[in-house]
Amino acid sequence: MSGKPQKAQKPQKPQKSQKPPKGSTQDRHDEQQTGRTGQDRPDRPREERTTAVRLNVFRTYKLFIGGAFPRSESGRVYQVTDTAGDWLANAPRASRKDARDAVVAARKAFPRWSGATAYNRGQILYRVAEMLQGRREQFAAEVAAAEGLPPGTAAARVDAAVDRWVWYAGWSDKVAQIAGAANPVAGPYFNLSTPEPTGVVAVLAPPESSLLGLVSVLAPVIATGNTAVVVAAEPAPLPALSLGEVLATSDVPGGVVNVLSGRTAELAGPLAAHQDVNAIDLTGAGPDPALARELEKAAAENLKRVFRPRAEDWTAGQSTDRLLAFLETKTVWHPMGV
Amino acid sequence: MPQTASAFADVAASDAALRRFLHGLPGVDAVGLQARAAALATRSIKTTAKAYAIDLAISMVDLTTLEGADTAGKVRSLCAKGRVPDPADRSTPRVAAVCVYPDMVPVARQALAGTEIKVASVATAFPSGRAALPVRLADTRDAVAAGADEIDMVIDRGAFLSGRYLQVHDEIRAVKAECARPGGEPDAHLKVIFENGELATYDNIRRASWLAMLAGADFIKTSTGKVAVNATLPGTLLMLEAVRDFHAATGTRVGVKPAGGIRTTKDAIRYLVLVNETLGADWLSPDRFRFGASSLLNDLLMQRQKLSSGRYSGPDYVTVD
Repeated sequence: MSGKPQKAQKPQKPQKSQKPPKGSTQDRHDEQQTGRTGQDRPDRPREERTTAVRLNVFRTYKLFIGGAFPRSESGRVYQVTDTAGDWLANAPRASRKDARDAVVAARKAFPRWSGATAYNRGQILYRVAEMLQGRREQFAAEVAAAEGLPPGTAAARVDAAVDRWVWYAGWSDKVAQIAGAANPVAGPYFNLSTPEPTGVVAVLAPPESSLLGLVSVLAPVIATGNTAVVVAAEPAPLPALSLGEVLATSDVPGGVVNVLSGRTAELAGPLAAHQDVNAIDLTGAGPDPALARELEKAAAENLKRVFRPRAEDWTAGQSTDRLLAFLETKTVWHPMGV
Repeated sequence: MPQTASAFADVAASDAALRRFLHGLPGVDAVGLQARAAALATRSIKTTAKAYAIDLAISMVDLTTLEGADTAGKVRSLCAKGRVPDPADRSTPRVAAVCVYPDMVPVARQALAGTEIKVASVATAFPSGRAALPVRLADTRDAVAAGADEIDMVIDRGAFLSGRYLQVHDEIRAVKAECARPGGEPDAHLKVIFENGELATYDNIRRASWLAMLAGADFIKTSTGKVAVNATLPGTLLMLEAVRDFHAATGTRVGVKPAGGIRTTKDAIRYLVLVNETLGADWLSPDRFRFGASSLLNDLLMQRQKLSSGRYSGPDYVTVD
């Protein structure tokens, strides 16, 4: 930052006796030391004081693990570009150890999140939608850049994502009514089946839809009380990483959603083979059937629930398929009468 | 210990002499100690070295249950776990010992019959040590009679902090005497717990280490696991250094046991690095170094499974204590 004005002067290195160029480090030092700002320095024309170019604060995108925003343990990043190939930002390139940490965080968050009342979970998810709505402009810009959409279409995608989030939030305390049952049995018992969250779910977000697709796969997983480790779309991870910031400010307990960015093929393997992951959504592996097959094999080791990739139109309506895919059924026999 | 006698024969002759000796020990450079512990903690132990370290750490675990709610059943299941830590992989080494309250010693003894796993028992009114000396000695006698191979005693921190060093020294001696088995059977080993969290300063930890070693401790142990601050890397490093100096002065090899708060493989390996760097490979053995822990074993097993299978394991694949 401070080097910039000096760069312009490169040919003649400022000598000690020389007066330093305006706006240089030394100049600013003077200001700090005398406690005077540029504003009240009489030796400077007013124009120059006010038109100083402000340097933007660039955002360093981070992972979202356990409610915190760490860099990748590996220290790696990769370049994220827009559809035209222009550089947008550097995103962390998570390693398998980040994936492991994310699973640990998700497991730790599971008892509290799954133990919360469905109503409470729904309220928290509504709040996520509220926060998402409040950052509509930012997300619209990110989605437009990531997917190469015209601004109007991108904004419509963000709106659809907010609406979808609300839709799934509403399902949180209603899913038991459709997935549960009071079963008729031949005996003096109540027999009740209720849906229970399966546990930690690894989600590979679809690469073609950076926010709407992500919301469509993530919201149904956590609405029912699961905790999630999401691998963001490899070519367009920025909206997902920003979503982490939304989640962090919406009362979602840390660890319920963990967002990783990086190479899907690198992260999906350890997640699929991880013995402490209960289910995996392979949607993001859709474009690579060989990878999807490998992952499904690895997931078989501990009998994970596997959601196979399928052709999806993210802008079309939503269904309860994904809600019901990551549930276990608990059946209780309860004596009647007495 | 003839050399001990010659080197430090008159140190414990009187309270004044003992105080003079303990306060004459060089003061601890706290910043340097912490920096060294932190620097050694950054060592990267991978692949085959990690596999070795994990197996070594498992063989050093004192599998511990010290709860008011302990039952014979819980002790038996803990012993079963000590015998076969990972039923899915029989190449897993056994733990060093099972550590219980004195009344559970017979149960553990029976459950561990036929194995080389030791039965360790806390004694002397663990964890506070606040009972009259005859009661504490009777507690020890009881555990030894029940068949404990190792006695974990607590020092009287009140006496230590008030400077009554000779009293602490003599009490350790008295407990050590209770550990003797006259009938030709091996004596119970004595581990002396300082409760570092209550000793307040590094200087005190160094003094307590020397005091216990002079009094004949076979092991010195950081803490009970019952207070807020338990085993720490700098505290343990300090004790290891005291053991090293004591060995240099007397030729006697004393063991060290950090206890409490060591929950992950990473932590355990850091301790092993400290041991190797301070005392050398001679101490990398369950006879000279132990971990007092209950949940550490599960993490070691999960890491072991990860190394052998290549995939991350989970708590579903180890027993719940």
